[in-house]
Amino acid sequence: MRRRAVGRNVLRKEGHEKVTGLARYIDDIRFDDVLYVRTIRSTVPAGTIADIRYGFDRSGFTVVDHRDVPGRNIVALIDDDQPSLAETHVRHIAEPILLIAHTDRAKLATAEVTITFNETPPTLDPERSDISFKSIAIDKGQIDTGLAQADLIVEGEYHAGHQEQLYIEPNGVVAIPESGGVTLYGSLQCPYYVHRALTVLLGLPADKVRVVQTETGGGFGGKEEYPSMIAGHAALVALKSGRPAKLIYDRVEDMLATTKRHPAIVRHRTGVKKDGRLTAMDIDVVFDGGAYATLSAVVLSRGMIHASGPYRCDHVRARGRAVMTNTPPNGAFRGFGAPQTQFAVEAHMDVIAKRLGMDPLRLRERNALRPGDTTATGQNVGKDCSALQVLREAGRRTAFSKKRKTLKGSNRGIGLSLFFHGSGFTGGGEVKLASKASLALTARGVEIRVASTEIGQGTRTMHAQIVADTLGIPYEHVAVSVADTAMVPDSGPTVASRTCMIVGRLLQRCAEDMRAQLGRLSPAAYWKKHGELIVTKQYEKPPGLEWSDETYRGDAYGSYGWACDVVEVEVDPVTYQATPVAFTTVHEIGRAIHPLLAAGQIEGGSSQGLGYALLEEVVMRGGKMANAQLTNYIIPTTLDTPSMDIKILENPYKYGPFGAKGVGEMPIDGPAPAVVNALRHAGVPVSEIPATPEKIMKAML
Amino acid sequence: VKLTVNRKTISVKAHPLARLLDVLREDCGLTGTKEGCGEGECGACTVLVDGEPVNSCLVPVAQVRGTRITTIEGLGGSHPLQRAFVEHGGAQCGICTPGMIMAAAALGPRPSLDEIRTGLAGNLCRCTGYAAIYRSVLASRARSNGKGQRAKA
Repeated sequence: MRRRAVGRNVLRKEGHEKVTGLARYIDDIRFDDVLYVRTIRSTVPAGTIADIRYGFDRSGFTVVDHRDVPGRNIVALIDDDQPSLAETHVRHIAEPILLIAHTDRAKLATAEVTITFNETPPTLDPERSDISFKSIAIDKGQIDTGLAQADLIVEGEYHAGHQEQLYIEPNGVVAIPESGGVTLYGSLQCPYYVHRALTVLLGLPADKVRVVQTETGGGFGGKEEYPSMIAGHAALVALKSGRPAKLIYDRVEDMLATTKRHPAIVRHRTGVKKDGRLTAMDIDVVFDGGAYATLSAVVLSRGMIHASGPYRCDHVRARGRAVMTNTPPNGAFRGFGAPQTQFAVEAHMDVIAKRLGMDPLRLRERNALRPGDTTATGQNVGKDCSALQVLREAGRRTAFSKKRKTLKGSNRGIGLSLFFHGSGFTGGGEVKLASKASLALTARGVEIRVASTEIGQGTRTMHAQIVADTLGIPYEHVAVSVADTAMVPDSGPTVASRTCMIVGRLLQRCAEDMRAQLGRLSPAAYWKKHGELIVTKQYEKPPGLEWSDETYRGDAYGSYGWACDVVEVEVDPVTYQATPVAFTTVHEIGRAIHPLLAAGQIEGGSSQGLGYALLEEVVMRGGKMANAQLTNYIIPTTLDTPSMDIKILENPYKYGPFGAKGVGEMPIDGPAPAVVNALRHAGVPVSEIPATPEKIMKAML
Repeated sequence: VKLTVNRKTISVKAHPLARLLDVLREDCGLTGTKEGCGEGECGACTVLVDGEPVNSCLVPVAQVRGTRITTIEGLGGSHPLQRAFVEHGGAQCGICTPGMIMAAAALGPRPSLDEIRTGLAGNLCRCTGYAAIYRSVLASRARSNGKGQRAKA
């Protein structure tokens, strides 16, 4: 009998290639006659370009500037405000101005270009910026009424720094001029984002642009929008020179120039009853968007919707804005705004607990959303709301309340965080995307055709499991097409914890339809008898979901995952270094299609979250990252990562494939506040991350 | 320069100061060894030189004359570590995996969890949080014992 695939740890589709070195990443593929490309960038944070001088013999070189753009000189995304190559003004250090290309890398590296600028005073402090990319207001009830009901009003201010995605494979693409258009190979998350950006930049029709994802060495959001920029550059060189153009960043350039997590300042004013009930949450959020809008509007949106945490409160007023500064644009990073705002609300909950003299777990228990409660946007959370279950399970597994007492007065502290994360695009986003997925019959089984990319999280494997069980065929008979825009429909970007819940569900519907068409035949038998069969399905909004972008009211997401982290930290009294020594997390994700891959997401996301909390500091000086290298931008190593106790709970979502919700992003929301709360418990009142030894020392003195 | 790579002797024309990483990837066509940072911090370029793990981005090719170099391609394809990394989720995006497996291969046949943590501290992985990597290395140990194989470097 066929073994079911869903819920079983089947072998990863491309696992063998990855452990043998056979997997081909962009830098591993040989292209003949290739030009290497170097990007010449702004060295000032704000100003105008006064003069450009070339200190090298230009023969053999291809030089590209904004005048070589055949279409519109923008990186097409949301606001279309970011030029591909700066024309007269520059808004941030490392802004691309020119591209030079040559076959000889040594010649390319030593070619001198001198650009002089007329500098203007930069805006570096987001709170002093008078340009706002986006403002969002969320109102529930009457804030004044809620504050009037309170026995106590607790205020707090929380700061979160940048965070670099630090995929181990840097951004890279190769553009090939082909049949009057261009084919672009690259390390990327969203083939159709790149496709659209190239058609706009190059002024080409859709069928003259082809985008092919190569094996991608990590993304975490860092290859959501930035590949559109770098792809445009390689394509401009390829079209001007008529030769393949290879543009692969080294680590320093990648860290200096590409997007990072938005720094945030979050202020809370919370009304609370003596028994711990929340009566009012007044929240103010500022995100530093950097120099161009990129994805700031939608990052802010997700941040705002998660800003009041997984709590019931009748009176909420949340105001947020993403502002312009003269720093490299910030963009997508796993969690997408929610890690910043949930850090703030969860750190604030512990401040409230302390003021009330209440156990932090008890305070959360009192206020956690239950099925039937409404979120800040008025969304009625359904039966799959599991806030209380994850909280209680985490408390039980760690003996939290007891440990809280026994550790008191030592240099160890224990802290927890309760959090949630909406799956899929925010609000009406999925309806607007109208994603499509296809399933094609093959001689042996079926082939999945989606633009959703495998970036380490297990897309191919998990999709194949869903299709195999829905069709009733072995997992091994399900193949997955390369994410190539010439081959696959636009299933939307690989972001927002949507690849399983949204695209997986589309594939499930394809497989259901195909099953019906096959009748009693196996795919192979049908193929023999009738030949080709392709089924395509488009996203359909689950019944009852309503959202208004104008009022920010309604069902912000189809479903939410729920989670609780508990962290124990030890503070070195001499070096002020804080080390996480134990980590427990309970995640409710609907259904774990592949428990091992799901655990891998939770472990990896949690580890990034611990880095965000303690280690990963982007030092900005004069609008430039001063530590743009792995020597002093520190991500967790084996020795910085504690052993992890992971528990997955399953409370199925009706419209997810086999009940699955999203899992990719949620794990990064929780560690930072849990760590900060543990530090507070150990007598270190920090309210800023990363909590580096310098900040801990300051807080203790 | 004459090199012994994965038990084969190869002659390549390279500047003595060329990085071993580039020689392996470009002259030998062994692209399984990856570059993550170019400054010896991430370990993605780890290969074995006479059984010792080194960051090939920091080693000039002149320095490895007369040594035995082993890259991920040299492990075959069914080395216990390779199989365990597939079965236990040790590889996610896969870019650190070849270096990670080579560093793990240098730990010898029966490393303890502590030895694994210390031995892999020079190899960064951004995907897994390392837990699945420990599980993989520990499982490969069980497999090598069970089948009488030794993790060979």
